[in-house]
Parts: sequence; structure tokens; C-alpha cells
Amino acid sequence: MESMKWRWQEGDMTVTRTTPWTGPGCHNGCGLLVYSKDNQIIKVEGDPETPFNQGRLCPRCLVLRKVVHHPDRLTHPLKRVGKRGEGKWEQISWDEAYDTIVDNVRKIQQEYGPEAISVWHGTGRNVWHLGAKICYSGFGSPNVTSLLSGLACYGPKIVQNTMTAGFLPLPDCSQMFADRYYNPNWKNPECLIIWGNNPFVAHADSVRGDWFIECLKRGSKLIVIDPMLTWAGSRADIFLQLRPGTDAAVALGMLHVIIGEELYDKEFVEKWTEGFDRLKERVKEFTPERVEEISWVPKEKLIAAARLYATSNPAAIQWGVTVEQHKNGMSNILAIQALWGVTGNVDVPGGNILSQPEYFYRVPRFTWGWEDIPKEMRQKRIGAKEYPLVTIALCDLVYDAIEYGKPYPLKMAWLQGTNPIATIAMDPRRLHRIMQENMDFVVVLDLFMTPSAMAWADIVLPVASALERDSIRTENYGNAWWGPIRAVNKVIEVGECKSDEQIILDLGKRLNPKAFPWENVDEMLDFELERAGITIAELRDQGIPYYPFEYKKYEKGKLRRDGQLGFETVTGKFMFYVKQMEDLGLDPLPFWEEPPQSPVSTPELFKEYPLVLTTGARRWGLFHSEHRQIPEMRELHPDPEVIIHPDTACEYGIRDGDWVWIENNYGKCRQRAKLYLGQHPKVVNAAHGWWYPEKPGPEPSLFGVLDVNINQLLKPGEFGPTGFCAPYKSNICKIYKATEVD
Amino acid sequence: MSKHGLLIEYEYCFGCHACELSCKQEHDLPIGKWGIKLAESGPMQIDEDRWSYNNVPIPTDLCDLCQERVKRGKQPACVSHCQAGVMKFGTLDELIKYMEIKTKAVLFVPRAPVNI
Repeated sequence: MESMKWRWQEGDMTVTRTTPWTGPGCHNGCGLLVYSKDNQIIKVEGDPETPFNQGRLCPRCLVLRKVVHHPDRLTHPLKRVGKRGEGKWEQISWDEAYDTIVDNVRKIQQEYGPEAISVWHGTGRNVWHLGAKICYSGFGSPNVTSLLSGLACYGPKIVQNTMTAGFLPLPDCSQMFADRYYNPNWKNPECLIIWGNNPFVAHADSVRGDWFIECLKRGSKLIVIDPMLTWAGSRADIFLQLRPGTDAAVALGMLHVIIGEELYDKEFVEKWTEGFDRLKERVKEFTPERVEEISWVPKEKLIAAARLYATSNPAAIQWGVTVEQHKNGMSNILAIQALWGVTGNVDVPGGNILSQPEYFYRVPRFTWGWEDIPKEMRQKRIGAKEYPLVTIALCDLVYDAIEYGKPYPLKMAWLQGTNPIATIAMDPRRLHRIMQENMDFVVVLDLFMTPSAMAWADIVLPVASALERDSIRTENYGNAWWGPIRAVNKVIEVGECKSDEQIILDLGKRLNPKAFPWENVDEMLDFELERAGITIAELRDQGIPYYPFEYKKYEKGKLRRDGQLGFETVTGKFMFYVKQMEDLGLDPLPFWEEPPQSPVSTPELFKEYPLVLTTGARRWGLFHSEHRQIPEMRELHPDPEVIIHPDTACEYGIRDGDWVWIENNYGKCRQRAKLYLGQHPKVVNAAHGWWYPEKPGPEPSLFGVLDVNINQLLKPGEFGPTGFCAPYKSNICKIYKATEVD
Repeated sequence: MSKHGLLIEYEYCFGCHACELSCKQEHDLPIGKWGIKLAESGPMQIDEDRWSYNNVPIPTDLCDLCQERVKRGKQPACVSHCQAGVMKFGTLDELIKYMEIKTKAVLFVPRAPVNI
């Protein structure tokens, strides 16, 4: 590897090459050049030398200095001195914070057993393996969790695709090559499908939206499948405006056309796949007529999209978190991945590629420390018996453990980079009540005093942001692409903030020194990098190692650990059904099921709540519940907006900018109406993650979070049969104008 | 020394606000002030299958085409960070030539910094 300068002087400023991974949140970790002087960030620029983003940056990094130096940053450990939620805090030392945590851990371990301690995480990308390590090796509990119903974010995709293909396939936008679009082995996809995703806003899961722009500039045709016409939809050759939650039906309909018209890749199917005949039988019933009835997608458009995708060579599919945020999510995933399976767009240039093993097995995974848990304790993980495919404590059952003590009580929660009362938790009022009533000890680690910290925390620990941290970019949360491994380099310090690594190491040493043998964070990072064969110091100097990338690895014996040809699956083939699901007595093929509440499944209820509700679509620059205290972001987004078609708004007497109530049988919240012609008249799209840092924090206000939190209209426990996936994006509601009295 | 301008191929501007925020950072502009600001047109349905939906960032009178930055051999902040890669900075001579072969492009010649 060539060496790469990572720190130098420009005039009176120091420039540091690094990547923001993470806090504030980010899915990507683009290359940055950070300009600093006297422990202050002057500006953050995109690094043109990083192939991943080629100097380009999204709003999140362009306001990064405002996040880092925000006056509301937590800068010292705090302990609660009033009642929970009263907002009375006292500054304490790190030693006192650690001592208090250790005392409470010991007390709960003795009284209830280690399993009564739980670690909660959110989307913080290089926090998960650290939370796991402290949970398993430090607290001795098997209960790492996330308060996201059905773990409905990326996890289901990774698990499903690991079972069917061995790895998670990605649209090939040349990201595997340092010379990107100029690499001679890469082909531009002739056709791109963007499915349930607005990649230009989201930049999710180590895929940048602008990569698709580069493909379009080079001539890719575009199919967009989305309930709402976004900008991407306006550039589409074919736009399929589907009803939220009907993705599996649309994919099965496309498969019906592709298989029925024999447009599939017979050679690939015959030689490298398993279960095609069963799939063929299953898709028979999904005629374009029937799919139109289910999905609202006109049959002519469905047929045209299926033909365009299948006859383009190569063709690639990009999908969003949308596909897993329905109860039927696992089927959505299975049906869509069958599209690249039947067309042979697997691991070919410009198709859906499999990142290669060099990117895996190299740094600790989200299971780091699991080996320290005794076998009997492992089996106590909440949901382990009922939902064996889910590898962390299942959120929906965690609610019951807290509320009813079943299967046993949870008494301590460690929240590291998550703000569930504002973001991921369904029915946040229930969560708030049961946390207040039943949780003995809560620690929150964050950059800011969030509504969740205000509501529940006993101890709040101030966490260093990405620019105050030595760390590594690239996590292995499963067989998925996370981009090239890179060093995250500390630029400045803020207050007494400590990095997630430092906190885990400090506390781990106090709880179980044998499992935390490292003298300092660099030593710990060296351990994490051991299997990658480099040290953190070498990684800093190396810059951005790209491994040689090969296509069609299944033909070369380069996907399987045993070196055989084929895929790393139970049969060695690319699977159209899931053997592991069949073994559990579940339907192993993609199927179609109505959302739990919909015009079809609950027609009586739909008379009262006559609109389809979808939530959580990403907004420019905002990362979940973050950035609400950043003036530049609030200049773009003063309030949460619910997106409504003008005709629908007119029917209810709602004008653009009006505050409206969004309500269903589970609950209600208020957001501002944004009238938008690209919306479907029967669908509304509500914003997620909102709170008002400028409003009072103490109860009952909690920064106004429950006034605007859309998850009050969602109910936990409606996850899919595997335990994975939940209906965040397919419910029903009514809307009406809020009056001044409201 | 020749006159400079800012060319935007707006077919692929997806409206991400990176130009606005990189400009605010570069020039330390407070809330309410912008050196460049996005204008949105649409979505407007043309017929069953076609929509018109365009974003165009427009330099304000605070835009100096990043004179100081350009002197140091860099591109203006908005051009450096444009995620769609659709902004070009250059002399009018070269940009006009470029315009001749492009559609859906617009050329701005901000008033402030005439010669760089």
C-alpha cells in the first residue's frame, strides 16, 4: 500500500485527514480534511483523494464544526440529583461516574442476575461492537438490544441475504475500485432500480447517492419504485407508485413476468441456484392484474419495468430500509433478491455484487465479547428460543421484560448513541411509562442532553464526537459492505468528553480486567485490527487500502470458506428459498401479506382512518433525531412535516404550513402540512425523530418530543414471523387541522 | 485576467443543499444569509409518464466566487462539494464553449468578483 499523509500544516491551520465515524450519526464515513487551529475546528472539507466520496460532502459534514462546538454539548459526566425527568443534574468526575456504574452493576447482578442488564444502541456505526463488548465481557449479560421493533433496519437484509447468497449484494457503482468509474473491469449498469429509497437524501449503508448520478450520466436507464415521486422518480424511465407495504407483491409480479416470458438467465439459474421451480410455482398467482389490485401499480407499467430490468445487461438494484420496515419485510427482501438471482445479475460487473471476504472477518463484529458469556447465560438472551434467527435481544420482547418482568425483569439500561423516545421506539409513551416505573438504573452516553437522557438517565456520560476520537472506520455487523477500512483520527478535544472506546476500556477494566487487557485505546485498536494484519499506526499512514476486487467469485471458489465453487450457503447455491426458515416451520419462499392495519386488512378501521400512513423518510441533512439544535439544519427544517397531496389537503381544509393532527387507533401527534404534488392522494408521509432542543427539557415537556413523535401511531409487537421486520412504514391514519386551542 | 462564471448542469442537481452549506461554512455566513441558494421548480406532471422537477442553485449578491480560495488554487467551496458534480467554475470563454454542447445548463456571472 502507498503511504498517505494524514496530518500537515497549511498556514496557521492544521489539516487532518480523517473520516466522521461517528457521532453525529452517519452511515458512510466519507473522506474529510479537517482544518483546525488552537483546539478549534475552523472548517471541514471533503477529501478529493478519497475514492469513496471524491471530495463531495453532504450537509451533515458541512455543519460538523457547528455540532462539535455547539454550546449545548455535554462536556462533563452528570448524575441525577432530583426525581427522574426533573432535569436536576450535578457535575461529577469520571471516577465518581465509573464508581457509581460499577456499584449499580454489581448490585443488579447480585439481586437479579447479569441478564437484568441491557445495552441499547441506535445507528451509531462504530458503537455497536463496543456496546456488545461491554455488555458481554463487562456486564456479563447476553442482552444487547435496540429499541427498534423487529430490528427493522439493515439487520434483516443482512441475515436474509447471508442465508440466500452468503453476503449482502450491493448495486455495483464501481465502489470496489480506487479508480472508480474509470476502472476497466467495471461496467455501468444498463438499468438501475431504486427501490423504496431516496439515496440522494439518505446516503445510507455505505452507499452514496451521487454514485447513481454518475451511472445516470453514463447512460443507465432508471426505474424508481416508491409510494411518492421524489426527485429520483422525476428522472425515472419508469416510475412505479406503489401502496406502502406492497413491495413483495410488486417484486413477485415482476418475477411472474420475467419467468413467464422466459426472460431469465437460464444458464445461471440452472448452474448456480437452488429452488427455482418452487419460486416459479409461487409467482404463478402474482399476475400483473392481481398485483395491480394489491399495489395500485398499473399492470402495463409493472410489465414494462420487469422487461426493462430483465433485458438490460447488466442491471442493478438499490434498495432502502423501506423494504424491511413492514411486517412482511423478510418476504420483500426475498422477493427482490430473487430478481437479481433469476436474471443472473449476481456478482457481475454492473450488477449486484458481493463484497469480498477481505472486507470481513477482519475486525471485531457486533458479537465481540460473546465468547465471555457462559453457555447457560447465552440461552437467556431475550427471544433466543422463540426467534433463533435474531441474534440480539428482540426489542418487542424487551418492552414486556421491562413492563411485566417476563421472562425476567430488566433493571439496568445502558444507552449508547440512541435516543429511543424520539426516534426508533414504537409507542414511546408506553416505553416512557415502563422505564419510569420499572428501570432501576439508566446510563446514557451521548453528545447532547436528549429527551431520552432527560427522561430516564441516572448517569449521563459525555461522548467525544468523530473529530475527537481515535477509532476505525468499518465495522463488521454481518456479511455486508462497509467500505474500505480506515483510521479515524482525533483532531481536537472538547471538555471532558471521552471516546466510546475510552469509556468501554475504562469501565471494562474496572468490571472484568481480564477481558480488557489493553493499556490504552491504541492497543485496543491494534487488537481490533489484528486479523487485518496491520496496526492502527500503520493504518493511519496507509490511508485507504483497497483490496483487489474480483467478479464472479462463485466461479472461482472465492466465496466459500472451504474454497469450493459456489456460494457460502447451506447448499452452496444461490437460494430462492430459505432453508433455515423452512427448518423453523416457516414459509421459506417470498409471499404476500397485507400490513396489520391497511385498507384491506382492517376495512372498518380504514373508514375512520382513511389514509395510508408511512413514516421515517429521510430529510436533507438530518440524521434520525440528531441535528435539531444546529441552526443551519433548522433553517432548512424548522418543524417536522407531514407530506400530503394538495387534493387530499383541500378535502380536509388544510393549507400548506398548517399544523395538523395525525391520528389513529394507537395515538396521535402534530406536524406541519407540506403539500406536495408528487405524493399519492391516499398516502401521507410523516417525519420521524423530532424534538425541540430549544424547549424546556424537564417533564412534562421533554423538549416537546411527544407532541410531534409520529411513533405514537405505531404499536410494538407486530413484527414478522421470524422476529424480523415491523410496520414502521405501513399503517393508517386520519389528519385534521390543529386549532389554536390544541 | 478574464471574467469568471459558474456553470450549473441542472439535469442532475438533486437539491442536496451542499452548495448552500459549504458556502456558509467557507464565508462564515450567519443564519438568514446565503451566498448561494437553491430554487426548486416542480414537481409538475407533463403527461402520464413525464415530470418536470428541477433544482437550480442561484448565487446571491454575497457570492464572490470564492476569490480567496481560488487564489490558493482551489475550486469555489460549492463546486468542490457539489454532490452531483454538476457545478463548474471557469473563465467565461471555456464555460460558454461548454454551454454550446449541453442542454439543461445555466451560466451565472455573479457581480462581485470580476477578475480573479
